[in-house]
Amino acid sequence: MIQIKNLSKLYQTKKQQVQAVDNVSLNIEQGEIFGVIGYSGAGKSTFVRLINRLEEPTDGSVVIQDKDITKMPGNQLRKKRQKIGMIFQHFNLLWSRTVLENIAFPLEIAGVPKEKRKEKVLELINLVGLSGKENAYPSQLSGGQKQRVGIARALANDPEVLLCDEATSALDPETTDDILDLLVSINKKLGLTIILITHEMHVIQKICHRVAVMENGKVVETGDVLDVFVKPQSKTTKRFVQQLNPLEHERDKLAEFINDREDSEVVKLHFIGKSAKRALISEVAKTFDVEINILQGSIAPTQEGAYGTLFIEINGEKELLQKTIEFMENTGVEVEVLKDA
Amino acid sequence: MLEELFPNVIAEDLWIATLETFYMTSIAILGTLIFGILLGLLLFLTDSGNLWENRFVNFITATVVNVFRAIPFIILILLLFPFTDFLIGTIRGWKAALPALIVGAAPFYARLVEIGLKEVDKGVVEASKAMGARIHTIIFKVLLPESMPALISGLTVTAIALIGYTAMAGVIGAGGLGNLAYLQGFQRRDFDVVLACTILIIIIVFIFQFIGDLLSKAIDKR
Repeated sequence: MIQIKNLSKLYQTKKQQVQAVDNVSLNIEQGEIFGVIGYSGAGKSTFVRLINRLEEPTDGSVVIQDKDITKMPGNQLRKKRQKIGMIFQHFNLLWSRTVLENIAFPLEIAGVPKEKRKEKVLELINLVGLSGKENAYPSQLSGGQKQRVGIARALANDPEVLLCDEATSALDPETTDDILDLLVSINKKLGLTIILITHEMHVIQKICHRVAVMENGKVVETGDVLDVFVKPQSKTTKRFVQQLNPLEHERDKLAEFINDREDSEVVKLHFIGKSAKRALISEVAKTFDVEINILQGSIAPTQEGAYGTLFIEINGEKELLQKTIEFMENTGVEVEVLKDA
Repeated sequence: MLEELFPNVIAEDLWIATLETFYMTSIAILGTLIFGILLGLLLFLTDSGNLWENRFVNFITATVVNVFRAIPFIILILLLFPFTDFLIGTIRGWKAALPALIVGAAPFYARLVEIGLKEVDKGVVEASKAMGARIHTIIFKVLLPESMPALISGLTVTAIALIGYTAMAGVIGAGGLGNLAYLQGFQRRDFDVVLACTILIIIIVFIFQFIGDLLSKAIDKR
């Protein structure tokens, strides 16, 4: 649905050049929630602004629904932008307008007649759960409510894609979850493609189908959220994944269990998708004559299924241990035997 | 009681002079509002990084604004005599004061407008662009409404400066309370007339300030 090819943005000042976005190529499918994660300064904010040309790319192309955005003249671009919704970290609502008037603004821009505007706005207010707040001013709303207005406003002209620029970064964790739930429900209800920029891994984990990791303007890793979670390749991705999985930090606490003895192994199990629901440990305990000691574990839900980590210690004869580990590997669970570093 | 305090004041003259000052100020405010907003928008929009970024136009506008702000008002009236004569057909009476009042006040207001526009949240302008808004939509539906409290309080400040200007214009023949205070008051040594004119000017100033504050407050939903 969206093809991004060799997209680059070079900021040129008198003193220096900054390559904010460096040769990024991505394909985004219809109806998916695509996340872009990176630390501040990675170029993700610039990247999302290149998609609707709030920033002019220095090179490359963005094709949305077979239309090349980068080649459009001003007039056509403005029409196209009406079909590209965008929400912002700081909401960017007009303080001088009520909730109703704020949501009606993009409809005014698109030249929708007054009666139809009102109808559409009320429908949107309902969709984002702001009924009763129609005539409130933004200053009378909480952060979460403001972002709901932002979302309703972005959806007003039935966009083909919704761009989210750090949409939850100014909200507290609970409100963040509410807004993310709303985005997922909109994605499902309207089949809307969403591109989401964030620096918080749990946002990616919670709602994205696929993710791209950005660093220094480049996409260093991309793939299904589960895959990236389970097998992070780059250093940056690993750091992001660790951010989410506090157990990774505490790996050294397991040190006392890890030893050279042949009759004892510490094993890290990765449960992905359906296998996360499997009662593997009790199965193993029934099948093999080994002792299993659960050290620690965690589970995290994602859009594509749950993803869990479990650290266990297995004690038993050497050969039996081998067989046990093979058995576990054959069930589709990722197994990693931890040795002394 | 009033006659004892102000023995030389002729009520009718005072009333006419007050009306003249009031008309002069009101119409000058209107002119200042229009030209000030136009100039202020031009200053803001042609500034670097803005919608109509244009260094040349910005430089020219800024220079014109600065030059007219630098000229003392009393001299500006004299400089504009030929222009006034051409435009109004006379250089006497309160109508003849209008060109000088507007030319004097509009550049001042333009700077206040520019400051007001700069205060508008850049994110809101960006959001409007992302919605596909045209420049005139951004100007009339975003920039001006979002800076309205600043535009109104700026206009109040300008209006009060304008009342001062009308008094100066009055001294050299534009009528109004300034004229009355100078001719009937100062020159005939009837200081009660000067005092009466002063009081009335203060009252007019208070009225404008009050209306300005009220409007600015009513409109501000932040």
